[in-house]
Amino acid sequence: MSIKVIASTASTASKARQLSAEEIAEIEHEMTLYPDKKAVGLEALKIVQKHQGWVSDESLLAIAKFLDLSPAELEGVATFFNLVFRQPVGENVILFCDSVSCWIMGCEKMKSHIQNSLGIDYGETTEDGKFTLIPVPCLGDCDRAPVMMVGEELHRNLTPDSIDEIVKNVRNKQVN
Amino acid sequence: MVSNPLTRNIDMSRGPMDIAAYEGADGYKSLKTIAAGMSPQDVLQQVKDSGLKGRGGAGFPTGLKWSFVPMGENTPTEKYLVVNADEMEPGTFKDRLLLEGDPHLLIEGMIIAAFTIQASKAYIFLRGEYVVAERALNKAIAEAVSKAYLGKNIQGTGFDLDIVVHTSAGRYICGEETALLNALEGKRANPRAKPPFPQVSGLWGKPTIVNNVETICNLPGIIAWGVDWYHGLTRGSDHGTKLFGISGKVKTPGCWELPLGLPIRQLVEEYGGGMCAGLELRAFLPGGGSTDFMLPEHLDITLDYEEIAKAGSRLATGTMIILDNKTCPVGMIGNLMKFFAHESCGFCTPCRDGLPWVDSIFRELEDGKGSQKDIQILHEHVDYLGPGRTFCALAPGATAPLGSGLKYFEEDFQQHITDKCCPYR
Repeated sequence: MSIKVIASTASTASKARQLSAEEIAEIEHEMTLYPDKKAVGLEALKIVQKHQGWVSDESLLAIAKFLDLSPAELEGVATFFNLVFRQPVGENVILFCDSVSCWIMGCEKMKSHIQNSLGIDYGETTEDGKFTLIPVPCLGDCDRAPVMMVGEELHRNLTPDSIDEIVKNVRNKQVN
Repeated sequence: MVSNPLTRNIDMSRGPMDIAAYEGADGYKSLKTIAAGMSPQDVLQQVKDSGLKGRGGAGFPTGLKWSFVPMGENTPTEKYLVVNADEMEPGTFKDRLLLEGDPHLLIEGMIIAAFTIQASKAYIFLRGEYVVAERALNKAIAEAVSKAYLGKNIQGTGFDLDIVVHTSAGRYICGEETALLNALEGKRANPRAKPPFPQVSGLWGKPTIVNNVETICNLPGIIAWGVDWYHGLTRGSDHGTKLFGISGKVKTPGCWELPLGLPIRQLVEEYGGGMCAGLELRAFLPGGGSTDFMLPEHLDITLDYEEIAKAGSRLATGTMIILDNKTCPVGMIGNLMKFFAHESCGFCTPCRDGLPWVDSIFRELEDGKGSQKDIQILHEHVDYLGPGRTFCALAPGATAPLGSGLKYFEEDFQQHITDKCCPYR
């Protein structure tokens, strides 16, 4: 049985990918806002994710190398925060609120509708790579529950029909 | 006189006021008051006299919190102000309104708070999902810099301040102030041991105050219009106005700025419009998911920190979640337990292992596999996860709806066991 150890010092440097000039520029900007590199580590994870869609082992090692951080410690941080994706996700991440107000207002039915119409459960991505469904703590828009975010867009007062419409619009937008 | 200092500039049908409009509406007036000759001690005294209590949930007196920061000579020159904009308490949707609706009010309040403790750097710890707020805040900060309300020697006071918007990467535990500081330092967001308290040793070991968005937004009015005006706002024993919200099956759910001290009934019936057709009020959580249930018999209690505490709950965030008579209370508590189990940071054993156990019992009850022993185990967990048993307030927060729910909805729990299914389905 082989165990994958990404934090081994021997393997880290060689496995790291090259950060892009854009990524480096943004990370260097963050370095002006925080007094130490550890704080920038979390920012760098978010920056890399913005450009790559997710944080691969190679990206994580590249950040650790660039900022001279322990890869193991950075991995501990990356896996702690639910908005840092350590697995590939679809083009559009659906952050689905299943907290109490949305539950009272029927979010379970909405989730079933997404499961049936898109064929994905939590943590899964549609076959065409368009959507990934992830649960998220209360999105703070409880008077218009149930709600979900698709990418950066917040959608309120969800119904099965409005969900179909949202999905259709995202698909059409990206074809054009 | 102004009666709605938190929301007077907010109109969600348009974008937030830009700096010119904000200045035109007496914005940044408090800084001119300070520049005219108030010392940090004067500001601290005025905030103490105002009686302002923290609006994030704990209700701790703001001036008292600030007074623990070491001041004067031979104290650290680096200090930090951190605004907790990590709104994630289930059923809470008030800070979003302030952040998206009037970002300059928050910035003005931050300048006052930072001046009081003489912190020259401030961070807004904003939840990553609040992208509209992020854009609004960054635009407002740039405008405030261009008008010299931020930067060096603000309004000739000799005081400098820079504000950075930090967008977080998730996790409910970041709302706990010491976990928040760890997250801001780029660490796993486990809470820290207290003492030392952040006011003495906080962000990067420097004196730090962490205040909620709504708390900070109270400050400009307190300084610009004074303590007497502020004391004139309330209808009860606690001072000021507060954002109150209602979610669940009422006719007009929403969020409003109201004086403290109104009866709960008025919030539910007048502002919330009463229950949706065909439904009755069964119970409510008065201030988010970490508060004890209250019942219809409590409707005439006033929306005050102390009055609600007397009824065995907490005003906390002031955003109320309504349980109607056709929604299963066991299912509702189960949803909350799943949330808390999922959001435990995993650092201390009672919380890490206790909450998933509670969660799994609720799933068994839901599936008709519950037993009397399970009810006993739930009761035990109200004690084992309660205040003083865990490293931070997350698990004790979970025991609030759990303990009060076991008490108020005993019959519903029993019915799940005897009927071997959820009677509401």
